[in-house]
Amino acid sequence: MIQFLQQIVNSLSLGSVYVLVALGYTMVYGIIHLINFAHGDIYMVGAYLGYLCIVRFHMGFVPALLCTMVGTMVLGVIIERVAYKPLRNASRIAALITAIAVSILLEYVVMYFMGPDIKTYSAVLPSTIYHIGDVVVTFQQILIFLISIALMICLNLFVTRTKTGCAMRAVSADADAARLMGIDVDRTISITFALGSALAGAAGIMVGIYYNTINPLMGSTPGMKAFIAAVFGGVGSIPGAMIGGFVIAFIETMVGGYISSLLKDAVVYALLIVILIFKPSGLLGVNRREKV
Amino acid sequence: MCLAIYGIVAVLIQTGLLSSFYQITLINVCINIVLAVSLNLIIGFTGQFSLGHAGFMSIGAYATAIVLRMMPNMYGLLIGAIVGMILAGVASLAVAIPTLRLRGDYLAIATLGFSEIIRIIMVNGGSLTNGAAGLSGIPKLNDWTISFVAVVLAVTVVANVIRSKAGRNCIAIRDDEIAAEDMGVNTTMYKTMAFAIGAMLAALAGAMYASYFYVIKPSTFNFNASINVLIIVVFGGIGSITGSIIGSLVLGVLTTMLQDLAYLRMIVYAVVLIIIMIFRPQGLLGDREFSMRTFKRWMTRRKGTAADDKAEG
Amino acid sequence: MMKKLLCLVAAIAMTFGLFGCGSGNTAAATIKIGINTEMTGAVASYGTAEQHGYDLAIKLTNANGGVLGKQIEVVELDNKSDSAESTSVATRLVSEKVSLILGPATTGDVQAELPVCEDSKIPMVTPSATGETVMMNGDKAYQYAYRTCFKDSYQGEILSKFVKNNLGMSNVVVLFDNNQDYTVGVKNSFVSSFQGLGGTVVDTEVYTSGDTDFASIITAFSGKKYDAIMIAGYYTEAGLIIKQARAQGIDCPIVGPDGFDSSELGGIAGADACNNVYFSTHYSSLDNSQAVADFVAAYKKEYNEEPNAFAALGYDAAMLAFDAITRANSTEPEKINAALASTTSFSGVTGTIAINDVHDAVKSGVIVKLTAGVQSEVIHVN
Repeated sequence: MIQFLQQIVNSLSLGSVYVLVALGYTMVYGIIHLINFAHGDIYMVGAYLGYLCIVRFHMGFVPALLCTMVGTMVLGVIIERVAYKPLRNASRIAALITAIAVSILLEYVVMYFMGPDIKTYSAVLPSTIYHIGDVVVTFQQILIFLISIALMICLNLFVTRTKTGCAMRAVSADADAARLMGIDVDRTISITFALGSALAGAAGIMVGIYYNTINPLMGSTPGMKAFIAAVFGGVGSIPGAMIGGFVIAFIETMVGGYISSLLKDAVVYALLIVILIFKPSGLLGVNRREKV
Repeated sequence: MCLAIYGIVAVLIQTGLLSSFYQITLINVCINIVLAVSLNLIIGFTGQFSLGHAGFMSIGAYATAIVLRMMPNMYGLLIGAIVGMILAGVASLAVAIPTLRLRGDYLAIATLGFSEIIRIIMVNGGSLTNGAAGLSGIPKLNDWTISFVAVVLAVTVVANVIRSKAGRNCIAIRDDEIAAEDMGVNTTMYKTMAFAIGAMLAALAGAMYASYFYVIKPSTFNFNASINVLIIVVFGGIGSITGSIIGSLVLGVLTTMLQDLAYLRMIVYAVVLIIIMIFRPQGLLGDREFSMRTFKRWMTRRKGTAADDKAEG
Repeated sequence: MMKKLLCLVAAIAMTFGLFGCGSGNTAAATIKIGINTEMTGAVASYGTAEQHGYDLAIKLTNANGGVLGKQIEVVELDNKSDSAESTSVATRLVSEKVSLILGPATTGDVQAELPVCEDSKIPMVTPSATGETVMMNGDKAYQYAYRTCFKDSYQGEILSKFVKNNLGMSNVVVLFDNNQDYTVGVKNSFVSSFQGLGGTVVDTEVYTSGDTDFASIITAFSGKKYDAIMIAGYYTEAGLIIKQARAQGIDCPIVGPDGFDSSELGGIAGADACNNVYFSTHYSSLDNSQAVADFVAAYKKEYNEEPNAFAALGYDAAMLAFDAITRANSTEPEKINAALASTTSFSGVTGTIAINDVHDAVKSGVIVKLTAGVQSEVIHVN
């Protein structure tokens, strides 16, 4: 029982990370129907920006977090403008290939400038441990969880209460109609990218602090898993991504702890295929009819 | 005429004019041609975005390696390759059938997932696949002759499929799946067929790889490997066999020339890919093929007489 | 369709024809050595460390007048941690007419190079491929391959002796990386050795290289009764496991093989967590001998950092090669090969090396203790 509770605690911080990254995937897919392969690498760039802020410029946690989020936000918008916008009307395959190319570009540029080896963060947060009965919880785990929840709440408020958020939802539903209603679709898309990238950046720096090591290829597997989380919860649905992130993390932790650490990745991929076969719209997603 | 090319290169190798180092590049190009045309069949001609090609290649490679280690002779190579191709074909059914309903992006991710699952199986295959260490000491039975035959085989198969009724159905699916279905095309069957043929040829490429490079490891057949083939296909032209051949050649030579520039090379590839996608998304050759007829016409047009055009009709 | 092929493949032939002409030039005044190492890719950190070792050895030797009065000329190529590339690099080095090849670092890449060296009869020395059967071609040993490191089975043995006899622990949890043949080999050898000494492996947990979150594994074994943890893995994951385990309050000794040997380990685990950690390795800069001290000083001067075991192994491999060339009194690969095979006592910074009849290195290893993330003690185990 203790082990079970401990595994749940373990999965919460993992889940928070997945949620932050999944939100970016789901928002971008909802609005331009593109799986942004490069999103996992934006998370990785966030981790590296955090490294630079903390280790090279000796910033504290909060300034570093803000700088990182701003940095990745800008990066996301640039990528969208330069690489994705020209392909808005092109075939799906072309857009997807471009996304893959951007992903490779980010990875190798970082490798070129920072080297392929892992980099370690210096300690910037206290590493206090709390004991609740026999279950161990660290201060960092709690902080990651709380910050993630805070960001999720902010995002949700933004999307539901502000005019821009309303515009985002309108463009997701029907871009042409939104344009006819006077919404600046290009700007809205850019803002979507900006928000998603900022969240991924936040996840990146927090992972860097929590796990202490970063490397240029760290974005690919968490990126895939976060995407699977978004699909699980329903691509295009923000609450769906939140649920999906925690569920995937939970499954991964449980399989890793009780069955075998080797199979946890395979199980998650298999889960993706099962979802896609039986309920491709995910938990909270909307079934899109393809019109001829 | 084919024999002429074969002959020229064979002579080059025999006289030592073509050093063994460049022979490796040549064989690599051959392997890539087989991979590229088979992936093109799936993506370019049937419009199914598959990112899992490396998984099928690995099946062929492992099957060949295992059989060759038991039977280190030409029969071993043949049997291994055939076994690999059959297994890959079966695996492709496992991939294609569940994913039939998926479109574009989702299909890409699902095939990627499958490829990763295959790779994880290889890593956990116990003493059969030797896990992460992979299989070593594989007899090197591949050479220019065998590779050439394999390339001719692969290109012939794909070209003939495209020209047949089945191929036209595949192209119809690529252009507009719903319309094709409405016209009575059995999309399920043709999509599965394209996947199966593509997978089997990928396994052939895997067999070529295993019988030339002595060592195979699961990590060789990862997502990066699939992406490399995709880059060749996109560069050469999505839907052009000629393009895939030219793409493999050009990128193979480039890779050799830029061998010393590791990271920059990938950065350049990525940038070039983005530029191609933005300005010429159909790739170098688009979906045009090279044929003697076009070549002749191009030659005669340079003489610039209207009479020639009239004669062509 | 055939016609298509004609023109295209003719293009291939012509292109290669152009490239194929020409070969390497051999200046008689230098000795040409090839280096095939992992400068980029997954195991670039080991490859580059060894490369530093090679380069330092070459630089110092050349400054001292070279070997047999000739300067060493070197051709260094990157195999990108990929086995097919390793074959390609080896082939290229052979065509450049080198007398000997140094590297690669890892077992898989070495295996891809071996047939090339065997066929072209050029000797190769690998500093760090520790796989059990690497030097064997079926039942016989490869005739042209040598290694200057001990095998995984040896590490498993000395580690298990250390844990059972020196530390006095009988119950061990074993964690290992199943994605690397090196780690699997060490784990197997440790387990059989340890059990042979009467110890018990209480639990075995598996992870994959690249994992960063070990919380679920640590939780899985934390309920069992054990005295020590053995991690058969590389420093990248081991550091994280140490950090996360200590964060959960696990204080027992943690031991591992030479994959731990990196100055990064302390940084990854965090200085306050990296205590009571031991690992087996080839050498330590703490060692008192003059040779080691000189090497460390020269390395620091050149590269501004402490040399790790891989750098030291690379240095030794190169120096052994030069020693063999001197003993052979010739730059002919055959003679160098014979000299290498008959090495009985070469003094390197990683110990005294003898090459046995299956071309393995016979030498001793050490156990290093880490306190607060830095090496604090060296223990010799027999």
